[in-house]
Amino acid sequence: MPLATEPITINVGPQHPSTHGVFRMRVTFDGEEVIDVEPIFGYLHRGSEKLAESRTYTQIVTLTDRMDYVASMNSNMSYILSVEQLAGIEPSPRGVWLRMIAAELQRIASHLVATGFFLQDLGALGTPLIFTMRERELVLELFERLCGARITSSYMRPGGVFMDAPDDFWPALDRFLAEMPHRIDEYEQLISGNEIVMVRCDGVAVVDSQTLINASVTGPMLRASGVDWDLRHRQPYEYYDQIKFNRPLATASDNYARYIVRVHEMRESLSIVRQCIEQIEPGPVRPKEVPALIRPPAGDAYVGTECPKGELGFYLVSDGGVAPYRCKVRAPSLINLTLLRDMLIGYKLADLFVTFGSIDINMGEVDR
Amino acid sequence: MPDPFDSVLYRHIYCTLSSTADAQCEGVGLFGGGLLPGGFEWLAFVLTGVIIVAALINGILGAVLLMIWGERRLLGRLQGRTGPNRWGPFGLLTPIADAVKTMFKEDVVPTVSDRLVFTLAPILMLFPALLVYAVLPIGHGTWLADINVALLFIVAIGGANVLAIVAAAWGSGNRYAMFSAMRAVAMLISYEIPLVISLVGVIMLSGSLSLVAIVNAQTIPFFIIQPLGFFVFVVASMAELNRTPFDVAEAESEIVAGYMTDYSSMKFGLFFLAEFAATIATSGVITVLFLGGWHGFDPIPSQIWFIAKMVGVLALIVWVRASWPRLRIDQIMAFAWKALFELTLINLVVSGLLMLAWPSPSTTELWYMAGINWLVFIASIILFGKLLGPKHDPVSAGNVQRDVTLSDSDAPAIPSGGGG
Amino acid sequence: MVYGFGLVRGMGVTLKTLLRPAFTVQYPDRRVGLIGAARAYGISTPGLIFKRPIKALRALLGLERIAVRPTQSPRFRGNDFTWYEERCTGCANCAKYCPLGIIKIVTVPGGIDVQEGESYAIETFDIDTGRCMFCALCVEACPFDALHMGTNFELSNFQREALVITKEELISQPKYPSTWFRPQMEESAYSPFDDLMEDMKRAGRHEMPSVELMTERWVEERKTDEAVDD
Repeated sequence: MPLATEPITINVGPQHPSTHGVFRMRVTFDGEEVIDVEPIFGYLHRGSEKLAESRTYTQIVTLTDRMDYVASMNSNMSYILSVEQLAGIEPSPRGVWLRMIAAELQRIASHLVATGFFLQDLGALGTPLIFTMRERELVLELFERLCGARITSSYMRPGGVFMDAPDDFWPALDRFLAEMPHRIDEYEQLISGNEIVMVRCDGVAVVDSQTLINASVTGPMLRASGVDWDLRHRQPYEYYDQIKFNRPLATASDNYARYIVRVHEMRESLSIVRQCIEQIEPGPVRPKEVPALIRPPAGDAYVGTECPKGELGFYLVSDGGVAPYRCKVRAPSLINLTLLRDMLIGYKLADLFVTFGSIDINMGEVDR
Repeated sequence: MPDPFDSVLYRHIYCTLSSTADAQCEGVGLFGGGLLPGGFEWLAFVLTGVIIVAALINGILGAVLLMIWGERRLLGRLQGRTGPNRWGPFGLLTPIADAVKTMFKEDVVPTVSDRLVFTLAPILMLFPALLVYAVLPIGHGTWLADINVALLFIVAIGGANVLAIVAAAWGSGNRYAMFSAMRAVAMLISYEIPLVISLVGVIMLSGSLSLVAIVNAQTIPFFIIQPLGFFVFVVASMAELNRTPFDVAEAESEIVAGYMTDYSSMKFGLFFLAEFAATIATSGVITVLFLGGWHGFDPIPSQIWFIAKMVGVLALIVWVRASWPRLRIDQIMAFAWKALFELTLINLVVSGLLMLAWPSPSTTELWYMAGINWLVFIASIILFGKLLGPKHDPVSAGNVQRDVTLSDSDAPAIPSGGGG
Repeated sequence: MVYGFGLVRGMGVTLKTLLRPAFTVQYPDRRVGLIGAARAYGISTPGLIFKRPIKALRALLGLERIAVRPTQSPRFRGNDFTWYEERCTGCANCAKYCPLGIIKIVTVPGGIDVQEGESYAIETFDIDTGRCMFCALCVEACPFDALHMGTNFELSNFQREALVITKEELISQPKYPSTWFRPQMEESAYSPFDDLMEDMKRAGRHEMPSVELMTERWVEERKTDEAVDD
C-alpha cells in the first residue's frame, strides 16, 4: 500500500539566515526535494529609479552606490558612462584609468563576497567567509584611501573621478597586488580541492547555455556555461580595448563551475589592474569644461558594462533638464534571479541555498 | 555485580560518612571516618550517591562551560580571529555571561505548539547526555559505576536523543523543525549501525563490555590495532553528535536552527548544554575505547592523562568544524550505507580472523594484528574512494578554460554604445 | 584526489591560520599580553614585571587593555562635519547640492549695505545627520571651502533630534576636517588624526577677500557692465 504523502510548503525568508538580504521564496517540497519555487521580492524597494527623476545627474551617483552595495564602484562607472554618452562628455584619460582600477578592485571585492557567502551557504561555518572578508578588507582600505568611503564610494563623476588618488594609494595598491595571488591560492587550497565541496556542487543546478541566453542571463553565470560573453571584450567601454585579459570559461554550468569562474576572474582582474597601473599617466582627472550642473541635450543613452554580477546598464532619457526624464536600470541580479525556479526544481533543500548563493545576487540591486 | 568500593570516590566518601568498621575502609575516610551514627549505613550509601552525582553533574556543567569557551576560542583562532576575550581573563567568563543572558531571556512558547512535548523535549535531550558519564571511567579508580555491560549501556543511551529531537520538532509545530527531525531520525538510525559494529573489534580484543576492563586491556591503544574501527567510530560519532560535516539536523544556512528554531531562553540553553555534554561524553568514550583511556606515564596523574586525551579529541572535532563544509542529507545516508557499513563489516571479518589466528594475543602478536589491520585500512579506503568518490574531478577535468585570449575569439567585438 | 587529501589540505590551511597572529582588529580597546603591555607602556618586559608587578600580573591574565584607534585614511568621510564660520558666506550652495535636502540655512543681512559677494550673517546652519548619507556633495559644492567632512564616526544617540548638528555645535566642536575634496590640505600633508585644524586660513584654498576688496571688485564689475550696456 503506498503511503499517502503530501507536499509541504515553506516560506523561506524574508527572515532567513541565507537569503542574502530580504528575499522570500515560497518553496514547495516533496520530502527533501524541491518541486516548486516562487520567488517574491520587493522587500528592499526604495524607488531608486523614481528618485533619480528628481535629482541632478551628479546627485544620482549617490543612488547608484546603494543599488549594488557590494559593487558600488561598478554601479558608479556604469551610470557615469551613460551620462557621458548622453551629455557628450569626453572623459580625461587619467580619470578613466582610475575608474578602471577602482572597478576591477571592486570586482575582486564582489567576487570575494560571492565566494565567501557561497561557501557559507554550503555550511562551512564561517571560515571561508572570514577569509574572504579579510581580503575584501584590503580592497576596502584602498577605497578608503581613494575616496574616503568603503562601501558607498561615490567616487566617479561625469568626465572622470572627483579627485586624483593620493600618493599613499599607489604603494598600498602594489602591496595588495603582491599579496592577493597568495590569498587566492589559499582559498583554492581550502575550497577548490575539497571533496565535500565537489560532491555538493558538482552537477548541481545545471542549466544549459541556451536557457541562460534566452533568459538574458549575463556575467559569471553565463560564462560558467561556456558562453564567451564578456562586455569588456565584446563591447569595449572605457579603455578595455587597450588591455589584454583572459576570460575564464567553464563548461559544466553547475554550482562548482560558477564558483571556479569567479576565482579565476579575480586573478584576471588583478592582471587588469597591473596593466592599468602601467598605462596610467599624470594629468587632470576631470576635464575643466564639465559644468557642475549638467544639462544634457534631449535624447537617450545606454551603455552596458560588465559588472561582477553581469551586464549592468543605465538607460537614461533626457528632456534637456537638469534631471533625467527617466532612469531605467538593467540590474543583472534581478535578471539572473529569474532562472531560479528552473535551476532548482528536482534538487534538494540543501541545494536551494547553495544555488542561490552561486547566482550571486544582491537584494539592493534586485529591488532597487 | 561489581563492588562499589572499587571506585575511589565511593570508598572515600562512604568511609567518611559511615561508622561501621568495613574491611575496605582501612585507612581511608577523612576526619577519621564515622560522621554518621551507627545503624545509618543505608543513609551513608544514599548520601554518597547523591554527593557523587551532584559533583558529577556540576563538573559536567563546568566542563561544558569550559568547552563552549574553548570551542569558540579555538574556532576563532583557526579562522584567524581572536575569539571571545572581553569577559574575564582570556574571555573565560564569556560562557557565564552567555548563561546569564540565556536565563533572563523571555521564554517564548509558540501558540501552535504542543506545550507538554515542547517543554519536555529539552529535558529529554539532556538526560542521555548526562547518563553516559555514569559509566565513564575518567581515571585510575575514578568512576561512578563499573557495570559489566557499560558499552551496551552507552550505545543504548546514545540513541535516545533522537526521541528528544523528534519531540522538540513535533512540539514546536515548525516546518523547519520537522525537516530537521526527519533528517536527524534518518541519519542517527543509519549511523547507529556502523557505530555499534565498529565496537565489536574492540570487544573481541578486550573480551569484555566493561569500560574499565577495556581500558585495562589496552597495553597498546586500540586505535593502532583497530584503525578501521577507530575511523568508523569517530565518523559515526560525529554524525550522532550532529557535528560538521554531518550537522544537517541544525544546518543554520538551510533550516535556520533545525529543531531548536522555536526555542528560546533556558529551554534553548538546555539543548545547547545537552549538545556540548554529549560532545564531551563522546570524546570521553572515544578516549576510553581507542586511545588507551587513562593510561600514560607516571608522574602525571591518570585523570590528567584522560582529560588531555579528551581535549585532543575535542580539538580535532572543532578543527574539522572550522575546515569543512556540510554534506547533503542524501550524501550522508549514502556514506553511511555505502561506505561506513561495508567498512565495519570488513573490519569485523578481519578482526575475527585475526582473533582466530591469535586467540589470546601477546604484545608482539598485537603488533602483527595492527600491521595487518593498517594494510586493510589503507586498502579499503583506496577502494571505497575509487568506488564512491566524485565521478569526475572538476578541477583537472578541463572544466575551466583559462587561456581564452582576445585574439582567438570568433565573434567580432561590437562597438560600444551599439545598443547591445 | 578523491581519498580525502583535499579535506586534509583544507585542514592544513586552517592550522596555518591558527599559527599566524589574528588579523582582526580589536576595537575600541585591545587586550595585550605581557610583552604587548610592556611595549605599550614604553618599558622593557622585565622592567614591567619588577617595577609594576600588578600591571604585569593583569597583563599575564589578559586583563590589561590599551585603547585602539583604527587606521584611517585622511580622506575618510566621517559621520560629522567641520565648518568654518568665518569662511562661510551663506551662499547655500551646499544646501542646493544636497541630494536629500537636509542642510537648513537661514541668513540675515549682516552688513550695512549688502552687496554681492559680501557675507551674510548666518542665523541657522543645521545638518540633519540622521538622514544624511555622507556623500559629501555639499563639501564638493562649497566654493569657499567653509564646509568639510569631519573624521569622527563614534556618534550615536538615542534621540533623532540629537542627530541634528546645529550651528553652535559646529562652531564649538574641535575641528578635525577630512581631506576629502580638499587638495590643498593633502598637499600640506595634513592628517586629521594627528592635529587640529583650527586655523581657518590654512583650511581653505585661498583667503577670503576682505569686505573692502569685494566692494571694490563689485564696483569694477558694475563699471564694466555699464560700459557693455552703453
